[in-house]
Amino acid sequence: MKCFSRYLPYLFRPPSTILSSTCHTEADIISTVEFNSSGELLATGDKGGRVVVFQREQESKSQPQRRGEYNVYSTFQSHEPEFDYLKSLEIEEKINKIKWLPQQNAAYFLLSTNDKTVKLWKISERDKRPEGYNLKDEDGRIRDPSTITSLRVPVLQPMDLMVEATARRIFSNAHTYHINSISVNSDLQTFISTDDLRVNLWNLEITDRSFNIVDIKPANMEELTEVITSAEFHPQQCHTFAYSSSKGSIRLCDMRQAALCDKHCKYFEEPEDPSTRSFFSEIISSISDVKFSHNGRYLMTRDYLTVKVWDLQMENKPLETYQVHDYLRGKLCSLYENDCIFDKFECVWNGSDSVIMTGSYNNFFRMFDRNTKRDVTLEASRENSKPRAILKPRKVCVGGKRRKDEISVDSLDFSKKILHTTWHPHENIIAVAATNNLYIFQDKVN
Amino acid sequence: MSAAIMEVNAEARRILAVSISKLYASRTQRGGLRLHRSLLLSLVMKSARDIYHSSRESEGPPVGGEQPSTEEAMDACSGCPGEANPGHREPQPEPESVEPAPEDPEGCDGEITEDKENRSPARQSRKRRGKASAAPDFLPSKRARLEPGEERYAAAPLGSCCRAGAVDSLSALSLNRVIPAF
Repeated sequence: MKCFSRYLPYLFRPPSTILSSTCHTEADIISTVEFNSSGELLATGDKGGRVVVFQREQESKSQPQRRGEYNVYSTFQSHEPEFDYLKSLEIEEKINKIKWLPQQNAAYFLLSTNDKTVKLWKISERDKRPEGYNLKDEDGRIRDPSTITSLRVPVLQPMDLMVEATARRIFSNAHTYHINSISVNSDLQTFISTDDLRVNLWNLEITDRSFNIVDIKPANMEELTEVITSAEFHPQQCHTFAYSSSKGSIRLCDMRQAALCDKHCKYFEEPEDPSTRSFFSEIISSISDVKFSHNGRYLMTRDYLTVKVWDLQMENKPLETYQVHDYLRGKLCSLYENDCIFDKFECVWNGSDSVIMTGSYNNFFRMFDRNTKRDVTLEASRENSKPRAILKPRKVCVGGKRRKDEISVDSLDFSKKILHTTWHPHENIIAVAATNNLYIFQDKVN
Repeated sequence: MSAAIMEVNAEARRILAVSISKLYASRTQRGGLRLHRSLLLSLVMKSARDIYHSSRESEGPPVGGEQPSTEEAMDACSGCPGEANPGHREPQPEPESVEPAPEDPEGCDGEITEDKENRSPARQSRKRRGKASAAPDFLPSKRARLEPGEERYAAAPLGSCCRAGAVDSLSALSLNRVIPAF
């Protein structure tokens, strides 16, 4: 298992600075992180509705061993709090998901969503500005026409680089329930937005209508037994998408079959082990995240205690199951009382689909190597943020004698949770969001 | 009643109380009621209710002297919000709580009225009869409250309201009614 080290320690904070290391506002809590398809950009969204985009520095020829750092590239307010007057409900501005579009020209495009509205943002650079207008002077004040005696053509002059973000499309009024995920199709023309009961298909150019392709709302809401928790398009097949449910099942749908994809073409579910049944069995089996592998052959799902890898050709059981923090199984009642059992952890693949990563509590995150079957627990903390340090594997002591470096289950800090992580598409660079701090770790250069 | 069954019983009741308080608290959170969370809460409540009833059936009808111990379990629930069923003052036996009871502005009535615990939900409700009367008042109702003053005054917190009688009344209630709040 490779060790993750940081040659250049990074601790990024969102634009509004934390007053002290332990104090932060709720708005600064990072709610999503995502690398773009080249890995050059990294976007984070927070509870305050802001998006911060980091860009990797070009590697300098004079110091080839120094990997490119990520610096702030653009910051903008994506969503504002809104009020639904009809239902007397506040709509949170928290960014639930960000998805990048593959780059097709000089500008970058991303989709960001809160509970109700998806927005397409264009991030572009401006390094020239026109100067020499006829009707207004350099400050923008209108010139007195009587003073104009000649005509000139404005010319573009270089200026300091400015990165601007503009909302190009706003996809709204299509979701009654709270949006939990968005996914861009491989056709680069459409995307889906998913709420608790419905999946809607949009065209990126058209904002005033969308197609509902999945609707699991029962005629009588009292008969509701499950909700949709996440959905994603297949990375290569533009007609295939998968959605996960609160009951622990995943459905694969083919849009060519019918306009309304209520009938799945594959149904993935593992029968429940009756020996582990408890009050909270339903909650812990609810899938919080589903991700296709990059090669499109596997699906990964995250529920409260495990990560599972499914082969798309095998529906009756997962190919691999990894225990993230099984020591919590005996503590479900307390985790229910303090609401931690409702935490929605995400999971990610590395670029080659050989390693999977997910978060846990106490600012721990876990990596599982699918080939060697080895796993490691690492911690994102300020104490570890020393230059040239190698992240030391952590271990949770589950009973019996606690070793010097181990931490006991009862000492875990459940307020420090890592829900959102992302892996660079080609390199071993990971970004881990720990509440309001963003940690970027790079693999040791051999 | 075996000790193990009593423990399961107490656990089930405690979980029910915690769940109800969470359901109530979620009404006031920003962004509105979350369908997924409400569904999961109702599933837990259903589990707890089923386990509670199956363990009660296996031991026969409850004995009066056992009420105080159940009160302990109910009052052990912490973090109950002040917002409870407005205007629905369920009389209850004197609680013998091990831990201090949660903040209780109105105070428990202190009446020992055990027979009231066996009332059906409809009879316990003092709200106006109407379509909503079938739903016990301590669960969120779709209808706007007509007594805002009483609501803010806040009846006894749910932890102490949820005694054996309330749990019994839940058996008459379909927990799926939690969902129609949407």
